Amino acid sequence: MPPCSTKCGKNAILKRPKTGDVLCKECFFEAFENEIHFTITRAKLFKPNSKVAIAASGGKDSTVLAYVLKLLNQKYDYKLDLTLLSIDEGITGYRDDSLETVKQNRDDYEMPLKIMSYKDLYGWTMDEIVAEIGRKNNCTFCGVFRRQALDRGAVLLKVDYLATGHNADDIAETVLMNILRGDLARLSRCSAIITDSGDGIPRVKPLKYTYEKEIVMYAYFRKLVYFSTECVFAPNAYRGHARVLLKDLEKIDPSVIMNIIQSGESLKINESANMPTLRKCTRCGYVSSQEVCKACVLLEGLNKGLPKLGIGKSSKVKKFIQEKNCKTDCLCNNK
Amino acid sequence: MSNIHITVEFGGGAELLFDNKKAHPVTLPAKEKHWIIKDLLTWIKDNLLKERPELFLQDESVRPGILVLINDTDWELMDTVNYVIQENDRILFISTLHGG
Repeated sequence: MPPCSTKCGKNAILKRPKTGDVLCKECFFEAFENEIHFTITRAKLFKPNSKVAIAASGGKDSTVLAYVLKLLNQKYDYKLDLTLLSIDEGITGYRDDSLETVKQNRDDYEMPLKIMSYKDLYGWTMDEIVAEIGRKNNCTFCGVFRRQALDRGAVLLKVDYLATGHNADDIAETVLMNILRGDLARLSRCSAIITDSGDGIPRVKPLKYTYEKEIVMYAYFRKLVYFSTECVFAPNAYRGHARVLLKDLEKIDPSVIMNIIQSGESLKINESANMPTLRKCTRCGYVSSQEVCKACVLLEGLNKGLPKLGIGKSSKVKKFIQEKNCKTDCLCNNK
Repeated sequence: MSNIHITVEFGGGAELLFDNKKAHPVTLPAKEKHWIIKDLLTWIKDNLLKERPELFLQDESVRPGILVLINDTDWELMDTVNYVIQENDRILFISTLHGG
């Protein structure tokens, strides 16, 4: 066993993919935590005396995020008021189990917890949605609904920030995905560490530069409890392609992850490209790049037995809305 | 060379491929050459893996995204697939391939 790179005298227990350093347990904890602290302070992620909701799923990223934010909050006196926010999509065998883990996080970290459910917000669980639409495009529904659910939860909790556990691997995957799909709008936004959804509660990603492998190692050596099963609907997700590619690339050279993120940050979209502007949904008032937000379109499709509505080009939806002109029997009046 | 007794453990969801059991006491039969991790992987495929080998193995190693700890130490420090397995070793495979 080689000695720790910091020359502290102890034996190293891991090799960091991010830097290639070999570190002992304690030095690894310190490096891991300090880098997140540095990410937070350099990007000025939080103002002191703010209230922060931590999006918590019970999974490895959000568990580590909650643990580290609490630790750094105390160690460096950020003066933050932390709370956990969890979304119940209604996926049997996946979400109901992971919510038990979030409840444990609530107890272990002594933070309040709020749970918002798709059933309450939209009238549909993911199980019901998948039964209606089949096994394709499930993530489209879930992702859109969850994003909105988190924002609504954040508003209810009256927080100043919403922190999510997206890690370096996630962001690199997203950059690759958006390139593969030619999604310019998302490509220009996806690597930002702070994103504003327009209603005033910014989302922050403190783990943006943290490698997934290190998160798992940290959780293991700190003995943090997390839920680790793949969502039952995930095997069909498009993201899987980007993930496989990224993992194979990482094996050859781990710095590829940071490089992709940097490429994503530095991308400038050609001025002649057609980019949407942000406005408010005419139905529910939520922020949207189209006249009717994606959540309303998806819900309308579900409620009218037209599951494909909202999948694919927005121009087709616009045409549909113009033809139908349904103001009175629209079922998505979510305020 | 005699038999080698070790514990093979799975975490992070990897246990689902192994009857949902996290810890497996294993006796590796004596053979002429040393047992190295590469041999163990083949042994696991033949004797423990119940389904979907492609979710655990790739080429002659583990699938990228599966971390390996030998006695709580990153296998990257111990020659990865060429590490010579000792009596009472604890070899842990943690999957990182799931939502966070």
